[in-house]
Amino acid sequence: MSEPSGNGNLLVADEVRKEFGGLTAVNDLTFTIPARAIVSLIGPNGAGKTTFFNTLTGLYKVTSGAILFDGQDVTDKPPHAITKLGVGRTFQNIRLFPQMTAMENVLVGMHSRLKGGILGAIFGLPGVRREEREAQERARELLRYSGLRGVDDELAESLSYGDQRRLEVARALATEPKLLLLDEPTAGMNPQETVTFMEFVSKLREDRPISILLI
Amino acid sequence: MPRRRDRARASVRGHRTRLVQQSGLHRVGSFWATLPKPVRTFSPAIALLAIAATYPFYLANLPSGNVPLIYSFPSIRSAVTILVFTTMAVGLNVVVGYCGLLDLGYVAFYAIGAYTAGWLASGQFQQVKFHFGSVGITHDARGIHISIWLVLLIAALITGLGGILIGLPTLRLRGDYLAIVTLGFGEIIPQFVRNADSLHGFDLTHGTFGISPIDSPGFGNTLHTAVGLPASYQQEFNADRLFFWTALGILMFTIFCCIRLRDSRLGRAWIAIREDETAAGAMGIPLMRTKTWAYAIGAFFGGAAGAYIASFNAGAFPSQFSFNISVFLLCMVILGGMGSIWGVTIAGIILSWLNVEGLANIGTWLNDNIFPQSHQIEVAKYQFGIYGVLIVLMMMFRPQGLIPEARRKREIEEGGGHGPLDDPIYEMRGADEPGAGERGSPGRQPHG
Repeated sequence: MSEPSGNGNLLVADEVRKEFGGLTAVNDLTFTIPARAIVSLIGPNGAGKTTFFNTLTGLYKVTSGAILFDGQDVTDKPPHAITKLGVGRTFQNIRLFPQMTAMENVLVGMHSRLKGGILGAIFGLPGVRREEREAQERARELLRYSGLRGVDDELAESLSYGDQRRLEVARALATEPKLLLLDEPTAGMNPQETVTFMEFVSKLREDRPISILLI
Repeated sequence: MPRRRDRARASVRGHRTRLVQQSGLHRVGSFWATLPKPVRTFSPAIALLAIAATYPFYLANLPSGNVPLIYSFPSIRSAVTILVFTTMAVGLNVVVGYCGLLDLGYVAFYAIGAYTAGWLASGQFQQVKFHFGSVGITHDARGIHISIWLVLLIAALITGLGGILIGLPTLRLRGDYLAIVTLGFGEIIPQFVRNADSLHGFDLTHGTFGISPIDSPGFGNTLHTAVGLPASYQQEFNADRLFFWTALGILMFTIFCCIRLRDSRLGRAWIAIREDETAAGAMGIPLMRTKTWAYAIGAFFGGAAGAYIASFNAGAFPSQFSFNISVFLLCMVILGGMGSIWGVTIAGIILSWLNVEGLANIGTWLNDNIFPQSHQIEVAKYQFGIYGVLIVLMMMFRPQGLIPEARRKREIEEGGGHGPLDDPIYEMRGADEPGAGERGSPGRQPHG
């Protein structure tokens, strides 16, 4: 892992502002996330938490301000470039790929970490085959790690709600993030599941060199 | 037992796995899950291929004339056209079926492929004389004459490039808007070739007359005398058979590439974009680049097929590239099952056959056997009405297509889709039972 810059902070949001027409959803927010920290963003409904999330991941373009991740300016970068730099996320309303298996969902998450090209795929070049095998192995491990067993070949949409939440985390982890953004991951969970999930999140930080931003 | 009920909705495999886990055999359960995906059984495909490849041999033995309903089996010449259009449908399936991009202008790629063959393997450009591996023409023939095998590849590459050029401005659009813009390009290209017979006095496409004759494929005299390969298809007594086998080879190659691509990193990215574009972007998939690749690869096969049929017909004419073709190819993809290669192949064969001679033959049979002499009908006249009815019926009774893509089939077997919103109820019920939620318990996880 590269050394976080910006005074030891992994992420620095500097006076981030997002306006939708006349509505200011995020009003000059300045925010830092230190390396290997769990940080939580709280606020009532409509406070702009998710909007801020979406500006961090490039889904929304900021109206003004700057976002610095791992020492790089990511303010105007597209989502896939930001993901590649090491920002993984889940969505508030689960957005898995419903008609893909759990395994395929995780493999999609690995997209930016794999290299296999078109010709390699068509002609089954050994390098690409090996990469694919290794990716599948890692995907299996990630699914186990995230608490999903025996559902590798199940379609994402046929998983239970809790498993879908876990799969979203597994998919986000597959992008090999330095910063994991979890958007209300325990929404819809009962207290027991919430406790279990939060234990999982703290374990995550112990096992991996990542920071976590929660809503 | 409320848990029983949600299990009923799970697929068979998940059902078994969960039972195993409940009985305490976690190890067996996780072993079951680590098994690789079942190796695809290619035996049905090989059997079908054998039946198709030997078609020219047993066609003569099949009854011809007054076969119930279909009247007669397609001639070899018709079969070539059927195979080529099926190839285009399989190519279009990459764009529409995998990536979920509605393309209403696929005929443009057919046209680009056909005209590339026209430019590179005919006497269209009388100003120059360039021969490269061409067969079946005299040595002093003017124009560009490149070996058709090479032309197929060049045409496919140029069309793929055309796909990228068309894709770059249009693929920023989503859904309906993309469909409209592709529709536009599907009209522009044929209109362009129709009118480009005097670009500042330069005759590029020979206008409505089209480019003809286009060279025939072949292996040349050297290979002919050495290993007995046909020197030039047109000059062989069984030219149609040679064209048939080559077309079959092109279709097989296209299917092979599409299967390999579907199971690759790129294929997964396409399907992810089809499923949820925003989430795909957030998971690190470069949307524009990936969609453009889908377009380019779809165009690649369309271009190869177009160039081949131009060589088969020995000509490329603007009247071939009507909007109907785009719709027709789209029908094959939809009827076959979007994203399902075998479904699209079967639907492509059936629909192209109907188009080439099937409807006319069915009409003949009906007139001979069912309708009285005084009330004869011409079925082929009602062609598009019949396709329309076919699609409406399919969408009503089998919306997933003839042979649905494996993943869609699974969904339907499970008793209809149920989104995330339906699920919490079940989860909540299950959570009251002892042991619920334990699967997610960190203490019991093997460390990844």
